[in-house]
Amino acid sequence: MTRIGVVIFPGSNGDADALHAIELAGAEPVPLWHESATLDGVAAVILPGGFAYGDYLRAGVIARFSPVMRAVAAFAAGGGFVLGICNGFQVLAEAGLVPGALLRNRALRFLGRDVLIVPERLDTPFTRAITGRGPLRIPIAHGEGCYFADEATLDGLERDGQVLFRYADQDGGRAAAGDERSNPNGSLRAIAGVLNPAGNVAGLMPHPERAAESVLGNDAGLVIICSLVEAAAEREMAAGPALVGTTG
Amino acid sequence: MTAVASAPELAPLHRRLGLTDLELAAIEAKLGRSPNDLELAIFSVMWSEHCSYKSSRPLLRTLPTGGADVVAGPGENAGVISIGDGLAVAFKIESHNHPSAVEPYQGAATGVGGILRDIFTMGARPIAVLDALRFGDPADARTRHLLRGVVAGVGGYGNCVGVPTVGGELVFDPSYAGNPLVNVMAIGLLPAGRLTLAQAPGPGNLAILFGSTTGRDGIGGASVLASATFADDDPSKRPTVQVGDPFAEKLLIEACLELIEAGLVEGLQDLGAGGISCATSETADRAGTGILVDLDAIPCREPGMAPFEVMISESQERMLAIVRPEREPAVRAICAHWNLPVATIGRVTADGDITIVGGGLNANGRPNPDSVELARIPAAALTSAAIVHDRPSTPPSRRRAAPAPGVPLERNDLLPERGMDPGAILLGLIGSPNLASRRFVFEQYDSTVQVNTVVGPGHGAAVLRVKGTSKALVASTDGNQAIGAIDPWLGAALSVAEATRNVSITGARPLGVTNCLNYADPTRPEAFWQLKEGVRGLADACRALDVPVTGGNVSLYNESPAGPIAPTPEIGVVGLLDDIAQLVGPEFVADGDALILVGETTPGLAGSVYAELAGVAPEDGPPGIDLAREAAVQRFVREAIGRGLVASAQDVSGGGLAVALAEGAIWGDRGAQVRLLINGTPAVDLFGESPSRLVLTTRPGDAPVLLLLAAEQGLPASEIGTVGGDRLVIELGGRGAIGDAEGRGAQVSDALEVTIADLRHAWDYGLQRALGEDPPAHPGDGVEPPDSARGTG
Repeated sequence: MTRIGVVIFPGSNGDADALHAIELAGAEPVPLWHESATLDGVAAVILPGGFAYGDYLRAGVIARFSPVMRAVAAFAAGGGFVLGICNGFQVLAEAGLVPGALLRNRALRFLGRDVLIVPERLDTPFTRAITGRGPLRIPIAHGEGCYFADEATLDGLERDGQVLFRYADQDGGRAAAGDERSNPNGSLRAIAGVLNPAGNVAGLMPHPERAAESVLGNDAGLVIICSLVEAAAEREMAAGPALVGTTG
Repeated sequence: MTAVASAPELAPLHRRLGLTDLELAAIEAKLGRSPNDLELAIFSVMWSEHCSYKSSRPLLRTLPTGGADVVAGPGENAGVISIGDGLAVAFKIESHNHPSAVEPYQGAATGVGGILRDIFTMGARPIAVLDALRFGDPADARTRHLLRGVVAGVGGYGNCVGVPTVGGELVFDPSYAGNPLVNVMAIGLLPAGRLTLAQAPGPGNLAILFGSTTGRDGIGGASVLASATFADDDPSKRPTVQVGDPFAEKLLIEACLELIEAGLVEGLQDLGAGGISCATSETADRAGTGILVDLDAIPCREPGMAPFEVMISESQERMLAIVRPEREPAVRAICAHWNLPVATIGRVTADGDITIVGGGLNANGRPNPDSVELARIPAAALTSAAIVHDRPSTPPSRRRAAPAPGVPLERNDLLPERGMDPGAILLGLIGSPNLASRRFVFEQYDSTVQVNTVVGPGHGAAVLRVKGTSKALVASTDGNQAIGAIDPWLGAALSVAEATRNVSITGARPLGVTNCLNYADPTRPEAFWQLKEGVRGLADACRALDVPVTGGNVSLYNESPAGPIAPTPEIGVVGLLDDIAQLVGPEFVADGDALILVGETTPGLAGSVYAELAGVAPEDGPPGIDLAREAAVQRFVREAIGRGLVASAQDVSGGGLAVALAEGAIWGDRGAQVRLLINGTPAVDLFGESPSRLVLTTRPGDAPVLLLLAAEQGLPASEIGTVGGDRLVIELGGRGAIGDAEGRGAQVSDALEVTIADLRHAWDYGLQRALGEDPPAHPGDGVEPPDSARGTG
């Protein structure tokens, strides 16, 4: 069974949810402690939501220095798939593994509710199982989720296909500038998720792992986790057993 | 003693610490000598109202606490009830009123932290928080400041520790202007075998303190702050407020559950009010032991702390574990894994005393030769044998000196008859501060972390699935201060009825009650009478509804220069739904479904939201409650849901039947056509809040069965209309005069007709409007604008 790792920083609180969702997606969840220098041979890694190291100073800024992040960076450099969700996105951005930064929400308040997001690409390890471009209803829960980068970077992201998800309005169209209901944190160009240039590392502000079961009334996010599991399994298969142990 | 140095020099120390002369005499009798200053400081905290329940304890003994499934009841950190499948639920509600009045963010944040510790101390993982918040006039700048701080504090803490905030209450009433109420309930889940008690058995065992270090924050929180009335917004009391660190709490949760899971602790107690003094004396007293405390071993945040500061500091995020000596290394290893400071601060003894030693203990746990004994107090004298006051109580000379707070005096309860559009009244009610959507507040909370939230805040009771089972836990908090102000027995009974009813209408069986009794200064006989009546109402209602009280908290001295608060028994209920597939919500689900009203409408508008808005006759009273009827209604709805007869269920509460119907319509996004027989006045039938009534919808074919089931149980029930359309229409018929508009005849008063869009708009933005927050930037942001606004852009 494909093994997917979830990094646990002190202060992570979405780790159990990510582990649970990986199981729902048919893979074996593997907890990875922040002090670990290796990734235990997992086929992909999720950096979960939460408040790593309390998010004191600034979200994600301390977590990037933890031992496990060196292993994650090496794994990513070798082409391994890494998904940062919420606080995990903040950590990836602080570590420079994805472009841009997450600022405080425009309203200066924590916001926890559902949003609609639409994928910009369906050919990535994080979206490949999505069928159709209709909006997905996924919860957010963050105080610092306003995606920011300078204009040139934003232009570059759009040109190079690095925008993974955007916040959408009720009709599934990209949230208009200033539409606080649809783009509640005020992210520039309504960006909810981005890719690194190589396309194997993604940061996503909403929580797909919290929308992965019909008993909770919403399983729209499971397809994102399933995408990751599928892609990781395929990569593992292609590389053969040699891959295990060499990347982490 | 820095904390007391600023008090007038002339008063004797015990009075400056909040102890009366009579209490000092009792202390001397218990010790057989005069206490020294350190001992006096410890007594002052432990004999505070907050820690000792010295005024309320005799009353609390009258509550029903037993039940076949009760695993732990009052006296423990939280109540624990078995839910089958080898699992148990732990839950408790607690107040943090005065700290929140002084410093709203930290007061509320540490309120969340404290109640979470009560849960995981028992071995349970916290899975949900509900916050019941009460403030003064929403138009008041100070209310807005307090509300903003409290909401940010609840969120700042709960969001960070990763426990979802799934429900609660937000109530505005002028009586809370100077003394807001912040009551927080937490729920946890544990394997039944992991239950851990707060006790210190086994002389020779180690007392190990871990978590944060001990600082000068929260000195005298329990005695100075929580157990006296407010002089005013006194900044000198700010050092008595603790400061929370949710990151430390998150580590503490994981470390504690790991320690318990590994079977490393004999007992575990969190440090809350009274700090180390309270944790050591309570655990020792429960086990019939003593604890020898090595003062020098306690890790302090700063040098030069006086012994009394160390012993009564309420620094947050600390735990006391009782550990067998051979297990100390394993305990230290887990604390190190979670990066938590840890120190062995004493030994369990057989002498029954809390003994505090300066100068250290030797390897055998005995004081060093040059050590000094700083204090020695029998543990029981601080806890189970603490002083109890028999307070005088007298009913107020006039049962109702004035109408409910803020109510205009003129008789105008017949507004609809006077030609006012009842639809306009309904819009006013549903957009009023006490009934409008709380979305603006609860969106600041993380309600979905831990992936158990089936129903989060905003639509009645919260529903949490229990992973690995088909079960769900259902929780609600309710308190009725408006009627409590008129009749404290009735206010308490109605609070229990509503909280349990909110659980029952989902199909779940209420398991137990936790209560937070918020009352005024118990040394005033009229205020003590209110408490006494409130406890009597609580006990009567819990007996009638067959739910045990498994724990709670008493918060007294809730007064400010503006006056006492209205008596507020905040009731938290947890229920169990065996099969989550049977869950029923309050929203209308299908056009064509039949609307059934169960129960009887009785007169009385006092204490209603309608009365707040429109006023009532001064001689009008509140509606009463028949507790046997209430129990029958709840049994009926659970059975009907169990038989699959109910499509949606809502109770009639704030705003009356019209608001219950409007909520079903807004949430289900479909209207209804209703024909209502007016037996009293239109105001009573539409907006009255007499209890024990339900609005059910059912598939048309099931309506006769449902009505028959109600009749079998002796409950009045009638079909009042049909779900469907884009508006709520309520035709008001006179006695027996049901028919179309033309045929209604002279007895007909009026009809109510409002579009769902208008109702939703009023409901959605009422709270923001009341708080003076910005209106939404985009009218088309997922919410339909009112009819009048259509076509403008």
